[in-house]
Amino acid sequence: MNRYLWLALLALGLLAPFAVYPVFMMKLLCFALFAAAFNLLLGYTGLLSFGHAAFFGGAAYVTGHLVKNLGLTPELGVLAGTLFAGLLGYLVGSLAIRRQGIYFAMVTLALAQIVYFLALKLPFTGGEDGLQGIPRGLLFGLIDLNRHVTVGGTPLPLALYYFIFALFCLGFGIIYRAIHSPFGQVLKAIRENEPRARSLGYKVERFKLIAFVLSSALAGMAGAMKCLVFQLASLTDVSWHTSGEVVLMTLLGGVGTVLGPAAGAFTVVTLQSQLTMVGPWITVIIGGIFVVCVLVFRRGFVGELGRLLRRSL
Amino acid sequence: MGMSFQTVMSQVMLGLNNGVFYAILSLGLAVIFGLLNIVNFVHGALYMLGAYVALLGFNQLGPLLGRPDFHLNYWAALIVAPLVVGALGVLIEKTMLRRLRKFDHLYGLLLTFGLALIIQGVFTNYFNVSGDAYDGKPEVLSGVVDLGFMLFPRYRVWVIGISLVVCFGTWFVIERTKLGSYLRAGTENPELVKAFGINVPLMITLTYGFGVGLAAFAGVLAAPIYSVSPVMGSEMIITVFAVVVIGGMGSIMGSIVTGLLLGMVEGFTKVVYAPASGTVIFLIMVIVLLVKPAGLFGKEA
Repeated sequence: MNRYLWLALLALGLLAPFAVYPVFMMKLLCFALFAAAFNLLLGYTGLLSFGHAAFFGGAAYVTGHLVKNLGLTPELGVLAGTLFAGLLGYLVGSLAIRRQGIYFAMVTLALAQIVYFLALKLPFTGGEDGLQGIPRGLLFGLIDLNRHVTVGGTPLPLALYYFIFALFCLGFGIIYRAIHSPFGQVLKAIRENEPRARSLGYKVERFKLIAFVLSSALAGMAGAMKCLVFQLASLTDVSWHTSGEVVLMTLLGGVGTVLGPAAGAFTVVTLQSQLTMVGPWITVIIGGIFVVCVLVFRRGFVGELGRLLRRSL
Repeated sequence: MGMSFQTVMSQVMLGLNNGVFYAILSLGLAVIFGLLNIVNFVHGALYMLGAYVALLGFNQLGPLLGRPDFHLNYWAALIVAPLVVGALGVLIEKTMLRRLRKFDHLYGLLLTFGLALIIQGVFTNYFNVSGDAYDGKPEVLSGVVDLGFMLFPRYRVWVIGISLVVCFGTWFVIERTKLGSYLRAGTENPELVKAFGINVPLMITLTYGFGVGLAAFAGVLAAPIYSVSPVMGSEMIITVFAVVVIGGMGSIMGSIVTGLLLGMVEGFTKVVYAPASGTVIFLIMVIVLLVKPAGLFGKEA
């Protein structure tokens, strides 16, 4: 893709906290990474996981617990959350890839439900309340992530923002590299025609599993980031609603496009924050978008744009 | 809790009571999956809708019609709810699912997921998430029955009995009658069945309507036992998905038997180790995936 587009997006990301409410911007980044990680699986390997909240929320709990109760520094907390999600992804993935298609979706949903039960019942998770008041701490033991810098009269949490933005770039970069590597080509081959990929000698199961672990680890990283931003790990993060939401973000933006999931996440998160006055009707609206998307808009808007411009975005 | 025979049996009977719901719902999923090749995510929401038809029919329909003393009674609800929800199903199939026939099966799952969110969302807006009690349980079904080894609520005996009749009736129609043979043939090769002059699109529509009608029927049965709440379906559907993964959706009998067995296992777990009873079905799913990935009665999708 065009280098200038990337530079423009990078500049936009760096300048964003001065124009947009920073916490909102950070939420966007977390969900954009979550959706991009999910898309690695759905868009590039053709596997629909309906349990990705388990990794997102599971990592949020692990990071939250380690930072709050064991005093880990935030970067180590995020690392631990990511590794935990990767390990969990290995377990879930090994089981789920034993079944194909819609069964895969149901297995991931059911396994994620076990994680939900654990989040509800385990002693350190805070049950219905979740983990609250998670401290942001000192990055590398040096930089206070709570520090606000006053710009034009408004205090902005710039330290936290750039930490989150850096993590986002790292995660997004890994996904981009994975997609555009020989490994990514094999994933696409599996998506297009699994028996053929197998007959070419690729160990399909192993590729699927690696993709699953990578996707879940990065989804976990997004969850860990979210837990630092909101200082909260809650049952919502591990619920099937969240699993469904990330599917919608990806579908809306464009399955199998690089920028689509991020664009979809931006849209859904913005809608949710703009439509707080409609209260619980938001579920109905989200459901409606789902239906419309599936019926008439299966490429998503980045996908449609890409088709208009005749290039892959 | 002591492991006395009575304790075990009463929990297993209560488990069987849950099991018949798993059986009816997974049966409906299997019937729909067989012909339409989609996983009907909205199944749980339509089960909930069935329960609400009973609840609202009893509490609200009379006042709405200007006759405050009118209640849609339980027996009528058992007929009306499946018809209403079945009609809604026909509408869904004709206007939406039909358009997705030629695309990846995953889109059917996603579409019905969206519908589930819409229905659940609407009900969450108007009703209490913690649920309402259904007061329309008929007098005949109140009280307890002496089963010899324990006293068991008469209503639950009725639920188990009628559910088994419905499940095995469905099995009989599909596996042993001419109509069922069309269905099974349609599952194997719709093009060929079409060539024989059978109206396959109509058959698909009616099958979907029937499948979700079953869900609504289960919802009415559930109304007097569980509290009727907007989230009762979504809690149920995830467990039923695990049941379906364990049993495999290839066989009607398989889904019935798996549903009943897992309900009983769940009940038994309540006696042995209560905290695990919420997850035991998922753990069994894990074991089945390790040992027999295609499911107990399944063929690969």
